Amino acid sequence: MAVIANPFAGRYVEDLTPLMDIGAELGGLLGDKCVAALGISSDQAESYGKAVMVGENGELEHAAAILHPKLGAPLRKAVEKGAALVPSSKKMGGPGQVLDVPLGHKEAAYVRSHFDGIEVRLNDSPRANELLVAVAVTDSGRPLPRVGGLTHGAAEGIDGLR
Amino acid sequence: MPEVKIRKIISCTEEIYHEGGPKADTPLRRAAVVAVIENPFAGTFAEDIQPFMDDLKPLGLEMATRLVGLLGGDPAVVEGYGKGAIIGAAGELEHGALWHAPGGYAMRDVLGGAKAIVPSSKKVGGVGARLDVPVTHIEASYVRSHFDSMEIGLNDAPRANEMVLTLVMTTGARVHNRAGGLQGGKMRGKDGLRWAEIYERLRYGLRKPIKRSAKLSRPPLARRWLWR
Repeated sequence: MAVIANPFAGRYVEDLTPLMDIGAELGGLLGDKCVAALGISSDQAESYGKAVMVGENGELEHAAAILHPKLGAPLRKAVEKGAALVPSSKKMGGPGQVLDVPLGHKEAAYVRSHFDGIEVRLNDSPRANELLVAVAVTDSGRPLPRVGGLTHGAAEGIDGLR
Repeated sequence: MPEVKIRKIISCTEEIYHEGGPKADTPLRRAAVVAVIENPFAGTFAEDIQPFMDDLKPLGLEMATRLVGLLGGDPAVVEGYGKGAIIGAAGELEHGALWHAPGGYAMRDVLGGAKAIVPSSKKVGGVGARLDVPVTHIEASYVRSHFDSMEIGLNDAPRANEMVLTLVMTTGARVHNRAGGLQGGKMRGKDGLRWAEIYERLRYGLRKPIKRSAKLSRPPLARRWLWR
């Protein structure tokens, strides 16, 4: 997780390019930190997710600017490949509020054992003028998957879906 | 006694660059390791619970070692510590008290015999309960710059028959520390409360100019007599 200043807190700005660039930087930085925290090599990562919580002086669109245009590519580099879309969530919130980060298989979005989520929260963030940016990476799916569907082993990982 | 049944272990590190003031050259780092274990006494009133403290020793050591690892692997960078426990609803507060010795002494050992008492908090709570873990300096409890705390908690623990045990270490003073009092440093602790050099000054007639911080931390009269 990173807690950063929201450059557009308290005002309406049309061009959100600076936030998109911040997203690119954080995608690589947080992706690498996730892999390092797991103590795995990047190809051992199996699923990922991302989310942003916007402090009260920002707007939801700021989260979208961080998450969607540029964060994905460097994150995929950090976990090697990653054909599937990176599942995401976003919301407005205050210090201590919970943010649920959705998780999905990095190569094939339909791998059912890897539909998952992780809760993050920081007691002191996000302050009104801040953004809390979370990236999550796993080295496996749920602990005891038994609801069927596409499995990790059977996924092709070509179109990002199956 | 029952073995320690671990359901999961969580490690987290905070790097704090600033809190609205000037950016720190070296960010303050705070790390927590949290273990969710089964409470062997849940649902019963057991009179003799102390043997479980011995059972917890290896876990304490493992967690303390992991903490040093999270902070870069060098015990010398660690300046503050704390510990805590959340006991699931089928247990009692007393079960959390079993963590004091194995958790505290494990950290002191790993840090090469740190002198100060390890501050702690504990409570009975449900799944999702949060705990504010107090943090103080590892050599001298009165070091005001290092009074800190870290919040921990898990969305899925403690279940009724579980305990959440945690250890916390930090690498320095609060990031914008400026509330005065005794300050941290690489000095020697004397009795785990204050710095050794402060006692020297009190004892040998205050020959050196004494800082305000030292005056403030002068011990009560009755105890000063004992040292003379």
